Amino acid sequence: MTLLIALTLFVLAVFLGMELISKVPATLHTPLMSGSNAVSGITLIGALVSAGTDHSTLTTLLGFFAVVLATINVVGGFLVTGRMLSMFSSGSRKRP
Amino acid sequence: MSAADVTSVAYLVAAVLFILGLKGLARPRTAPRGNLLGASGMLVAILATLLDRSIVDFRVLLAGLVVGSAIGAVLAVRVQMTGMPQLVALFNGFGGGASVLVAGASFLAVVDEGLVDNQLAIAAALTALIGVVTLTGSLVAFVKLQEVLSLGGFRGQGVLRAVLAVVAVAAAVMVVVSPADTGWFWLLVGAGALLGILGTVAIGGADMPVVIALLNAFSGLAASTAGFVLDNPLLIIAGSLVGASGVILTQIMCTSMNRSLFDVVFGSMATGGVVADADEVYGDRVTSTSAEEVAMILEVAERVVIVPGYGLAVAQAQHAVRDLMRTLNDAGTEVVFGIHPVAGRMPGHMNVLLAEAEIDYECLLDMDQVNPTFAQTDVTIVIGANDVVNPLARTDPDSPIAGMPVLNVDESRTVVVIKRSLGAGFAGIPNPLFAADGTLMLFGDGKKAVLDVVAALLNA
Repeated sequence: MTLLIALTLFVLAVFLGMELISKVPATLHTPLMSGSNAVSGITLIGALVSAGTDHSTLTTLLGFFAVVLATINVVGGFLVTGRMLSMFSSGSRKRP
Repeated sequence: MSAADVTSVAYLVAAVLFILGLKGLARPRTAPRGNLLGASGMLVAILATLLDRSIVDFRVLLAGLVVGSAIGAVLAVRVQMTGMPQLVALFNGFGGGASVLVAGASFLAVVDEGLVDNQLAIAAALTALIGVVTLTGSLVAFVKLQEVLSLGGFRGQGVLRAVLAVVAVAAAVMVVVSPADTGWFWLLVGAGALLGILGTVAIGGADMPVVIALLNAFSGLAASTAGFVLDNPLLIIAGSLVGASGVILTQIMCTSMNRSLFDVVFGSMATGGVVADADEVYGDRVTSTSAEEVAMILEVAERVVIVPGYGLAVAQAQHAVRDLMRTLNDAGTEVVFGIHPVAGRMPGHMNVLLAEAEIDYECLLDMDQVNPTFAQTDVTIVIGANDVVNPLARTDPDSPIAGMPVLNVDESRTVVVIKRSLGAGFAGIPNPLFAADGTLMLFGDGKKAVLDVVAALLNA
């Protein structure tokens, strides 16, 4: 990938992100933040490669800790977002 | 198709799933599905990565996945809704930390092979700086929110911060100029770590939502720059999507407080304001009331607005408030919640707490929706909020909070303020609302006070 293509992706994705999020209601601010935060754990795929290649002990070690941190971010982030969203209800829930 | 092609196509699928996921998360009805789509995208990306032929040993990697999943799952399942700001801060920080480690490992490997070019060195330096600031900044935010330690600013902090910034920039330049000396990289990480601590240590209270949103943007940005290091398009796309959404949230939070990002980060309240003396504002005009009296007023009310603030979270009063709402609903009274965008300690904090108490999200109105309705409201109950209902923001151009959008609760017929004392809020100024003619103060713990009102209503 050339630098120019990488920069193109970067700029387009920033604009896309702004379009997607610009009208989100306040009710969803917290789930949106924790959900998007889980997506930023995508670093995990870089971490997996670092942890799996046998370059040097140091890079494998750095890779291992990166995998742990990123996995906490990903798994915890999506789970907690799901938990929050399951509490949001509208009308459908019957009162006891 | 080669394995590399399969991986590339899978990354494209994952990117599309992330986009659809974020789109879904922006609307209440589609949000749960959006979250699932995002998670599926991540699963696709992980599986595709495992096909990467440079991975020769799966033991370390699987160990990391197992350990991380276990920790993440336990944290996510155990957290109380009141503790949500801390947890989001912590996850943010871990994401930033992972980006630093990935950039570091990849940079070291390429340096060993002698294949570093400028693009890679610049991207690695940027990732290290942004990622480590996210990590330590988030940890400080976590410590402050969890109230493990009481941290604050100190004298000379500004100077120290400037020195560290210079060191970090110099180290970053050296990483690019002389990448083979990896010491510069670690110096950059160290200076960035201290910068993250110093940058957040003095920020507190009502500024917290801005900081959390900003760190959210940073964690995305760090993943994106890590994508430039690894030459990985999916990291670039997913990271910048998250970075952009974090920036928008930060902007919303700043606008809602009428403060610039600069003021929040550099810890200055608006200056030049004239702060009135508390005794002068309150005098003997403050009317104290009882739960029974509040119940009597509520019995004849047709429309009630409840305005929650951080005090509601502290008092864990969300379930008590739900009981109050149901009791009033059963008597035929309309009840809605008016929520200021920066109420609580992170964006949307109040909405999550009230949702936990099974309050329908359609009863939660944001500032623009609820403000025009106060004039037709019989009773407004303010629980643990202060600055966001201070009419001075509208009326006094010299006030430190002048121009901040507030909830115009003083327009309703009667205002009941449930609060421990007349103590000032984050802005440190007295609130003339408490001494206004139509305002009754119900002093005490938020949860107990609300439950007392409910009991009085049921006994009547």
